[in-house]
Amino acid sequence: MKAKFLVPLAIFLALAGFLGYGLTLNPSVVPSPLVGKPAPAFQLAKLDAPQETFGVDDMRGQVWLLNVWASWCVSCRQEHPYLVEMAGTGGIPVIGLNYKDERQAAIGWLRAQGDPYLATVTDEDGRVGIEYGVYGTPETFLIDKDGVIRYKHIGPINRDTVQKVLMPMIAELSRAG
Amino acid sequence: MIAELGHFALILALVLSLVQGLVPMIGANRNRIALMAVGRPAAQGQLVFLVISFACLTYAFITSDFSVRLAAANSHSQTPLIYKITGVWGNHEGSLLLWALSLSLWTVAVTVFSRDLPEAFMARVLGVLGWISAGFISFTLFTSNPFERLLPAVAEGRDLNPLLQDPGMIIHPPLLYMGYVGFSVAFAFAIAALLTGRLDAAWARWSRPWTTVAWVFLTAGIAVGSGWAYYELGWGGWWFWDPVENASFMPWLLGTALMHSLAVTEKRGAFRSWTILLAIGAFSLSLLGTFLVRSGVITSVHAFAVDPARGLYILALLVLVIGISLVLFAWRAPKLAGGGSFDLVSRDSSLLANNVLLAVVTGAVLLGTLYPLFLDALNLGKISVGPPYFEATFVPLMVPVVLLMVVAPFMRWKKDDLPKTLRKLGPAFGASIIVGFLVAFVIDHVTWRTVLGLFLAAWVLIGSAQLLWSRLAERPGAAASNRLRGIPSAWWGMWLAHVGVGIFVIGVTMIGSLESHTDVRMRDGQTATIGKYTFVFQGVREVQASNYIAAQAKLQVFKGDRLLTTMTPEKRNYVASAMPMTQVSLHIGPLRDLYVSLGDQLDSETWLVNLHIKPFISWIWAGCILMALGGIFAASDKRYRRLAERSAPAAAARQAS
Repeated sequence: MKAKFLVPLAIFLALAGFLGYGLTLNPSVVPSPLVGKPAPAFQLAKLDAPQETFGVDDMRGQVWLLNVWASWCVSCRQEHPYLVEMAGTGGIPVIGLNYKDERQAAIGWLRAQGDPYLATVTDEDGRVGIEYGVYGTPETFLIDKDGVIRYKHIGPINRDTVQKVLMPMIAELSRAG
Repeated sequence: MIAELGHFALILALVLSLVQGLVPMIGANRNRIALMAVGRPAAQGQLVFLVISFACLTYAFITSDFSVRLAAANSHSQTPLIYKITGVWGNHEGSLLLWALSLSLWTVAVTVFSRDLPEAFMARVLGVLGWISAGFISFTLFTSNPFERLLPAVAEGRDLNPLLQDPGMIIHPPLLYMGYVGFSVAFAFAIAALLTGRLDAAWARWSRPWTTVAWVFLTAGIAVGSGWAYYELGWGGWWFWDPVENASFMPWLLGTALMHSLAVTEKRGAFRSWTILLAIGAFSLSLLGTFLVRSGVITSVHAFAVDPARGLYILALLVLVIGISLVLFAWRAPKLAGGGSFDLVSRDSSLLANNVLLAVVTGAVLLGTLYPLFLDALNLGKISVGPPYFEATFVPLMVPVVLLMVVAPFMRWKKDDLPKTLRKLGPAFGASIIVGFLVAFVIDHVTWRTVLGLFLAAWVLIGSAQLLWSRLAERPGAAASNRLRGIPSAWWGMWLAHVGVGIFVIGVTMIGSLESHTDVRMRDGQTATIGKYTFVFQGVREVQASNYIAAQAKLQVFKGDRLLTTMTPEKRNYVASAMPMTQVSLHIGPLRDLYVSLGDQLDSETWLVNLHIKPFISWIWAGCILMALGGIFAASDKRYRRLAERSAPAAAARQAS
């Protein structure tokens, strides 16, 4: 048995190890140091009206969601119907953070997919994204009335996330204070 | 009752697959003809039961039997019949059943078409296929039973995901699965070769048509899937480097390498262990694709159900199948060395170079697909790898592949003369550079990407024309029609597939360079112009189908003053799932597609409309069709049948001695 013929096996076993470990990970759960901390402040231009700005302070006193998305992001398309549904049933305002995107592409995307956002702000160079510790799109932050981040979800949300995680937390946070 | 019947048939199929995996293998080891002969009837019986099982599940969908959990979750009483049927495989459980069914079809095809294989070799091939089948059927039965009941039954089903209610989705999964699973035949041949130590030109000749046909299915399946993404996802892209797309693309890349490596093994007896490794690799990547899609380790648009038990089961299957075959490879492959020597300048070495490049490309795509997982596992953070990575690695690696692709057929086996080859191809090379620049100037888009793409396309097409010409010049005396007829269909297959690559490159380059689009607000009677085309908005009306209500816009399209066509994009609302869907309207032309999708309604009469011109996009599909056609020509070459007949007695004699 010559050593070089064992190379494929070795590579495969390493790969299988990673895959096995990957099964124990949930790609959408990431401990965020930001949970429990005030949401980093921003004042960014609105997507549909670049001369106006919008910031965290405008949402003070409300429980709200900050959804980080981009038109180039495939998974955003997957979660979008649930955002539209949540926005449609009232309940909770959703603010969009359009991340490293082109304005025209983003506007076109919202036209085609539906616009669930109370307001969308543009983070073209991704600077605000860095402050929020954004790994990739989509990510969703739940922020309470005092502007404190209560929960962070990485990856597309789905019906389970909405019903089992977000809705109970939102109900609780809305009751409080 | 019918569902239980299907369940029972599936259990019987599992039993037969175990018989097929075990008995012929034992027979081959002990040289007992009677035991070896069990393989064929076991495989054929398995197909019968899988067909029954599949038919039962389809019946539950067609009759809207919502006491079957799967039908309740993926069908609806008002869904059109065709989508009730395709709903059978538009979900995790059903698609696994389809996987098992395809495998069984391939296995039976082997028993029918490779009747002339030596009995012991056939027994081992069927044994390997039997084990794979047992793995997948048991996976279906134990973790993903499609026949599970939902009691009490629900009154109405949740309907098939509207994205999947589309003609493309009718044939995309079956084609793709036939391709994926088809590599299992090449794999089984490779394992049988390792087990027997028999790996010669005859072996390569047996494997070639099977590999090529699987590759044809995979090519067609990927092309249809890409076409579906293009018009159904409503944003006009045709390839996203999504993990699941990559999962189908990696076996294709390695399968392409395998086809060419098999050619060398057949003609020259060289690259034996490399060919075996590619055969194992192509099928392993098919399995890996199944794992990635089914386990949810990577987030993707396609990921259906996520269930750790399922992921673990497939991983175990993966480790068993690939692990055992690679151990076998490490043990037996060193003895397979051999084959003729060849020079640095020869067809052998240029095919080897292309092989290695294709394997490296596959590795790069694999790395990009799994990179988020690696980083996550090593606690280095979570990232997503996007198209920029893939484009930055794929293009530079594929450029030499396309360059060599044209050179190799001009070269002689074993040894060729470099200056002579350069003289032969120099003019074509120069002409291609000129054509690349000229066309880029004419379309007024001189970027290095455009020039490179057009140069490569010209290189392939001019080179192919020259190749055909020199082939015809080989028999100067004969009439042109006779000369054409004298060329074997395997050669035509190679030629067509290579031309297909050229056409494909034109499509990709042009769409990347000249695509244009605009979003406009439109109300009754308003016009918008993009390029040479004027669109006149003629209002929106409500259209009702059995399972959705749609707002359908009507746009007249004028080119100059001439009415070209009327386009009707829709915004659909599917009743059962309450999912809004954009249905684009396409006007397909040889040089451009017009692509219109309907956006939001702004007020009672104003709508947003997205207008796109997609130049040359049809050339992408045309290129894929040519590649697939080439595969069909190559696989249907007469000599596979003739030589199989001739070699069988000789092989039998060898076995006996």
